[in-house]
Amino acid sequence: MGKYKKRDLVAFVFLMPWIIGFLIFQAVPFLNSLYYSFTDLSMLKTPNWIGIANFQEIFTYDRDFRKSLMATCIYVIISVPLKLLFALFIAMLLNMKLKGIGLFKTLFYLPSILGGSVGIAILWRFLFAREGFVNLLLSKVGLSAIDWLGSPKLALPTVSLLAVWQFGSSMILFLAALKQIPKELYEAAMVDGSGRVRMFFRITVPMITPIILFNIIMQMINAFQEFSAPFLITQGGPLKATYLYGLMVYENAFTYLKMGYASALSWILFVIMMALTFLIFKSSKGWVFYQDGGMES
Amino acid sequence: MKNMYRIIGRTGTYLFLILLTVIMIYPLLWMLGSAFKDNQEIFTSLSIFPENFHVTAFVEGWKGNGKISYTTYFINTFLMVIPTVAATVLSSITVAFGFARFRFPLKGALFALMIATLLLPEQILLVPRYLLFQKLNWVDSYKVFIIPALFATYPFFIYMMIQFIRGIPRELDESARIDGCGAFQIFARIIFPLSKPAMFSVIIFQFVWRWNDFFNPLIYINDVKKYPLSLALRSALDISATVHWDQLMAMSVLSMLPPVVLYICAQKYFVEGIATTGLKG
Repeated sequence: MGKYKKRDLVAFVFLMPWIIGFLIFQAVPFLNSLYYSFTDLSMLKTPNWIGIANFQEIFTYDRDFRKSLMATCIYVIISVPLKLLFALFIAMLLNMKLKGIGLFKTLFYLPSILGGSVGIAILWRFLFAREGFVNLLLSKVGLSAIDWLGSPKLALPTVSLLAVWQFGSSMILFLAALKQIPKELYEAAMVDGSGRVRMFFRITVPMITPIILFNIIMQMINAFQEFSAPFLITQGGPLKATYLYGLMVYENAFTYLKMGYASALSWILFVIMMALTFLIFKSSKGWVFYQDGGMES
Repeated sequence: MKNMYRIIGRTGTYLFLILLTVIMIYPLLWMLGSAFKDNQEIFTSLSIFPENFHVTAFVEGWKGNGKISYTTYFINTFLMVIPTVAATVLSSITVAFGFARFRFPLKGALFALMIATLLLPEQILLVPRYLLFQKLNWVDSYKVFIIPALFATYPFFIYMMIQFIRGIPRELDESARIDGCGAFQIFARIIFPLSKPAMFSVIIFQFVWRWNDFFNPLIYINDVKKYPLSLALRSALDISATVHWDQLMAMSVLSMLPPVVLYICAQKYFVEGIATTGLKG
């Protein structure tokens, strides 16, 4: 204790709301959830300890689980890379010193403001409905209608497109990172006669790898938890093609009232997400370049 | 010759950006236009501009399900969002001050815990939180949103505030201390007023997120009289899957208006907020 000044201990007064909130609303529920996953908890009766029975059922009998995990992985694999590539590409265009760039930035970020709302889900449902906007457009140019949301193959990509549309905040992060790259690096490369492609891979990409890492992890975590879009646009259908993990957890907990089972499901997702985050962090030592030699906490 | 390439390149970039903007924004404008069309025209017209300008969809849509109108849903949304936002910003700056300005035992561990909660999926807390709120009798009230916010359960915003406070020169604290100010006075007289831009960022982000939030109200609010807009629209969508698209469009447009207006008025804070902390979205 000696190395801390007494006047610094007043910090705990300021931290108190968080400490209480963390314990009551995060830490205890977190541990409870682990406990519940080994019980047959439902809203109707007192929970009994049933060991690993929930997990056994999930891994052996539950077909929805496999289907849902698969759909979720596909959703993540489609939406995250597309969103980030798009965000980076647009950020690079916006980083060129052109007039009126601010207006484009404003407009490109707009979908990210609205994206999570029910109104946008309604719009999406209408745009891609059988008699919706997109098919109307296709018919005007002489193409036949496509059943975007009704076909098990296309429904998931159509829902993923909504996530890609919201590339705004990744774009702004990339743009901020691009602005940090010292001009001299490009000037030096120009003197050496490097082409644009070479400069992109040798200077731009390495310099923004910390932001790429951050974006990948945050977007991945968000994508794994997606709920509103598939719930509102397709209700998980058709044939559970868009039955993402969040929907499965929600339905088990609040429709079937199998809360112990839902907790077990959520823990599996948590472990998968943590494992992936860990792997990405591990791999990042090989590809992320920190100018100051390390991340500041 | 080189100049020529440059002009072509620039023109190309502009054309591309304009094309992209049109593709991205057209659906939104079309939705806005559709709110003024009749139900028939929505399905047959690609144009933003309605042939016959109607406001019936707004008038009829506003009546809601006949018993509860959108007046109630709007009021509910404000009653749910505003206190939550206020609680978030006050608790976040308080906690951030504690983290940013003091050296205390376990600081590293506590900070790591706080950051770790950023990665904690909502789903894992879903069941235990629901049972907790049920036990406390908070379900079907906005307490489930306001009280956790009061206890700084939004680590994103704490982190955002910490980053900002770190940028305020410590010399200001030091000189205040020499003048005899204690920690509370430093907080109230220096940090709090100087943190206004960051607090503003927190306010607008949290406002937009809480306004749009669908998942949490879906879980905790069952009483139709307490429905916020997100739930009202969703039930309208379920009931009127085939009818009254015009009304649904009109009410969706109105529900998105407050976040859009806020965004247009305060863009600067959105962009700075993201750029300093890398918020999700």
